[in-house]
Amino acid sequence: MDEVAGGFGVWLPIDISTHGAGVDRLIIVLHAFMAILFVGWAIFLVYCLVRFRSRGGCPARYELPKAKPSKYAEIAVVIIEAFLLIGLSMPVWANVKNEIPQDKEATLVQVVAEQFAWNFHYPGADGLFGKTHSKLMGAENPAGLDREKDPQARDDIVTINQLHVPVNKPVRLQLRSKDVIHSFSIPVLRVKQDVIPGMDIPTWFQARQTGKFDIACAQLCGLGHYRMKGQITIESPEQFQAWLAQEAAWMEGKDEEEVEE
Amino acid sequence: MSEEIPYTVQPHPLTGVFNGKMGMWLFLASEVMLFGALFSSYVLLRMGATHWPSHEETHLNVPLATLNTIVLILSSVTMVMAWASLKMNQLERFRLYLGGTILLALVFLVVKYFEYSAKFSHDIFPGTSTFFAIYFTLTGLHGLHVLGGILVNSYLVLPGSRMWKTEPERFTNRIECAGLYWHFVDLVWIFLFPVLYLL
Amino acid sequence: MSTEHHPHPHLPFWRRYIFSTDHKMIGIQYALTGMVFLLVGFGLIMAMRLQLAYPKSTFPFLEALFGSVNVPQGIMAPEFYNQLGAMHGTIMIFLGVVPLMVGGFGNFVLPLQIGAPDMAFPRINMASYWVYFVGGVIMLVSFFVPGGAANSGWTSYAPLSVIATAGQTLWLFGMVALITSSLLGALNFITTVIQLRARGLTFFRLPFFVWAQFVTAFLLLLAFPPLEAAGVLQLMDRLAHTSFFMPSGLVVSGEMQEQFTGGGNPLLWQHLFWFLAHPEVYVLILPAMGIVAEVIAANTRKPLWGYNWLVGSVIFVGFMSFIVWAHHMYLTGMGTTLSTFFQATTMIISVPSVVILTALVLSLWGASIRYNVPMLFALAFLPMFAIGGLTGLPLGLTASDIHLHDTYYVIGHFHYVVAPGTLFALFAGVYYWFPKATGRTMNPLLGKLHFWPSFVLMNGIFMPMLFQGLGGANRRYFDPTMYEHTLAVQGWSVVISWSAWLLAVAQIPFIINLLVSLWAGRKVSDNPWQATTLEWAAPSPPPHGNFAAVPTVYCGPYEYSVPGRVSDFCMQHVAQEA
Repeated sequence: MDEVAGGFGVWLPIDISTHGAGVDRLIIVLHAFMAILFVGWAIFLVYCLVRFRSRGGCPARYELPKAKPSKYAEIAVVIIEAFLLIGLSMPVWANVKNEIPQDKEATLVQVVAEQFAWNFHYPGADGLFGKTHSKLMGAENPAGLDREKDPQARDDIVTINQLHVPVNKPVRLQLRSKDVIHSFSIPVLRVKQDVIPGMDIPTWFQARQTGKFDIACAQLCGLGHYRMKGQITIESPEQFQAWLAQEAAWMEGKDEEEVEE
Repeated sequence: MSEEIPYTVQPHPLTGVFNGKMGMWLFLASEVMLFGALFSSYVLLRMGATHWPSHEETHLNVPLATLNTIVLILSSVTMVMAWASLKMNQLERFRLYLGGTILLALVFLVVKYFEYSAKFSHDIFPGTSTFFAIYFTLTGLHGLHVLGGILVNSYLVLPGSRMWKTEPERFTNRIECAGLYWHFVDLVWIFLFPVLYLL
Repeated sequence: MSTEHHPHPHLPFWRRYIFSTDHKMIGIQYALTGMVFLLVGFGLIMAMRLQLAYPKSTFPFLEALFGSVNVPQGIMAPEFYNQLGAMHGTIMIFLGVVPLMVGGFGNFVLPLQIGAPDMAFPRINMASYWVYFVGGVIMLVSFFVPGGAANSGWTSYAPLSVIATAGQTLWLFGMVALITSSLLGALNFITTVIQLRARGLTFFRLPFFVWAQFVTAFLLLLAFPPLEAAGVLQLMDRLAHTSFFMPSGLVVSGEMQEQFTGGGNPLLWQHLFWFLAHPEVYVLILPAMGIVAEVIAANTRKPLWGYNWLVGSVIFVGFMSFIVWAHHMYLTGMGTTLSTFFQATTMIISVPSVVILTALVLSLWGASIRYNVPMLFALAFLPMFAIGGLTGLPLGLTASDIHLHDTYYVIGHFHYVVAPGTLFALFAGVYYWFPKATGRTMNPLLGKLHFWPSFVLMNGIFMPMLFQGLGGANRRYFDPTMYEHTLAVQGWSVVISWSAWLLAVAQIPFIINLLVSLWAGRKVSDNPWQATTLEWAAPSPPPHGNFAAVPTVYCGPYEYSVPGRVSDFCMQHVAQEA
């Protein structure tokens, strides 16, 4: 019956982002802390189970041990948790939430999630995004652009499930959803952000390495939730520009075809 | 079996209440959370809305709702008088006052009926806008609570009142609990009215 | 107040066993119904584990069982998988664990432990059981409507749940019934604890089990109504096409959703839902801690360590549980301010939980530990709950949650707490109080045969899930082989599934033990564990009205091994000589 060769990984996937080190540091420190705590505590537990098992003629002790030792332990736990929160978590979160790259410095992509695909919308050569309209959204026009009447939309590029970004440059994604809550996640970039209909939520990253990696949906969105797979291609800036030009040409070709029809 | 369970009639020496009263207060606490959640939803929806209808746009009948407010407050008064009558051993007075409470509650519901049908005939339904969604839900749920009160009070005014002959104290306690519930229903309306009709 | 024992009036069968108002009968009804639902919920996940371990294989027997609509050509349909997932969670939590822990154990044991003849409101007690039963029927019926049962997770996030098939409407009605049942039960429990304690039984002489049930009842009373409100709002969205949770401009499968005017907010559902659902998880664990405390006290033959700390902690946990809910919502676009608040409260709430666990472990120091079957389960609870609690830390901090949110790490975390946590406490309670309910004892050999494989296999199921989660494996994925990061940990899925199926087999000794011991178990005295709390002063099984004479309490709940006494335990209702 074994038809899929699955692995037995026990730890984190690679991290090729600039901010992911903070995420991983917290996970590592936490698990070290958890392991030390658990092992120490378990040793004490096992000791008690062995040492204080019922033996004939040896009654239990009614007097209660003093509260002091554990009070120190409690205080230590509180201090450690405070350090984890203030030292290791809040700075990482603040960085992710507040250091969003501005328009000029970043590669901007609008992401429109739907059941069950990721639509990536690039501004094109003019650097301006065309307006999207719910009424125009369909299989042929997933982003709902009005390429005829909207000059800004004419050069926009829309792909399905294919995200291309330049390496070593900040990328900002504006996440929207057409229908239900999705969640945009790229595990190797330590990116995960819920995509909520009615909201336009930014997320950002900077990749340190080229390659092709998976994009996954991380919030149950219907029967196709498991196959809402995208692909991110991280490439050199030159390759990225070449790809943009290629896509722009393709979209122009499609527009002309439609005009002919 | 009521003899077996203590404090069904006599109050507990420490808490000072009989069991039913404590149970009713707890129930009302949960109701506060229920309506509180709905009011919080109203706040969230209104704050997040790009457009919230003005008084003219809502076509809500403020005078009629004011009448309803007075009707409910009066019904709370008659409810207390009903309980007081029992405390003074006046069964007929009790029936009169509780009957009055039921009547006033029915007036409230009839007024509500007219309000709702006026809306429906103007093609205004819960789905028409977020405002009307919360309007119909809040007043509808409140209306259901009024109906529940009417049903319980109707039982207590006639068939239930047979208990007066055998266990007068226990019956008085029941009226007290019903009264607590009724005052709460009135209180919810006193919040509902300004929030939906005036603000 | 009666001091005479009223002989139980001769009632017809249906009044004595079906529509009983006696808390013990209602408790047993709740317990048996709850156990049946646990089995149903377990069955659902076992089917799901087949799909998860062998996603490409066909299983004709599955198709025969669930039909060709749900399992076309021997492979389950993704929408059916989602139904199983949503209903597994719903059934386990709302139809299984809570009714068993609160409705079952709470109802049966609590009045006995406080020396009361019954609950404060016996007829409301009966009503709460039957409303629960109706809710359960509605939930089960939902599998058979067109489109099947609810399939938007037990969390029912909007807008997905609003546009879902008819089963979701039934889920909402079912939830309204279940919530109503819980509310009725909660006000009954609270009134009973406050008003009906025996003479001399002050609050600080209450067994910890009663404290745990008491705080749990407050959580149910105050946290459930917002979910009831949310359920009404979602019903309005689904049936009246209001837009409480529906923003404007939605396009589903290429069609504009013009039946909704829009202006709503999906996050409103999440806030209302989690406002209940976080206290709900404390509803799942507090009664379990109560049971474990009782079993440990009786089997260590010494008082529980830190009784005052235990009581203070359980009250503090109850209070704090209302202000941590948005740690389930870190990734919804929350900024730094709100997330700091909820991270802080989440860190703080871990402290009383640690105190309770510490107190229970320190209770073993200087003890004389008896290793009977309930004690084995109670002891196993401790490290299992510890792992569950510890794995909550990476989830409770935003930075680590970025990677771990909605992965198998979450599933591993909460199952460690509820499965080898709460369920083990449940088993401990069954083995412990079975003699009180029946006058017989369960077979210890079968009990150990139940315990040891269960303990090992629980870890075989949920430890690998933590690894899968660290690898980033997403939850609620019908086919986990499509992504590199899920494939990297897919080997564990086979281990998990086999552990789950073997765990089912390991429950057979328990079921046999339970059923056979009802008729053929060894008869025992009223107090076979030589415990101190009041329920052991009543006959086994207790008659209607429980105690021949209302007991008076003279001391605390855990007077074991008191120096200078002949016996190693002093029951609460026995007057102490000066």
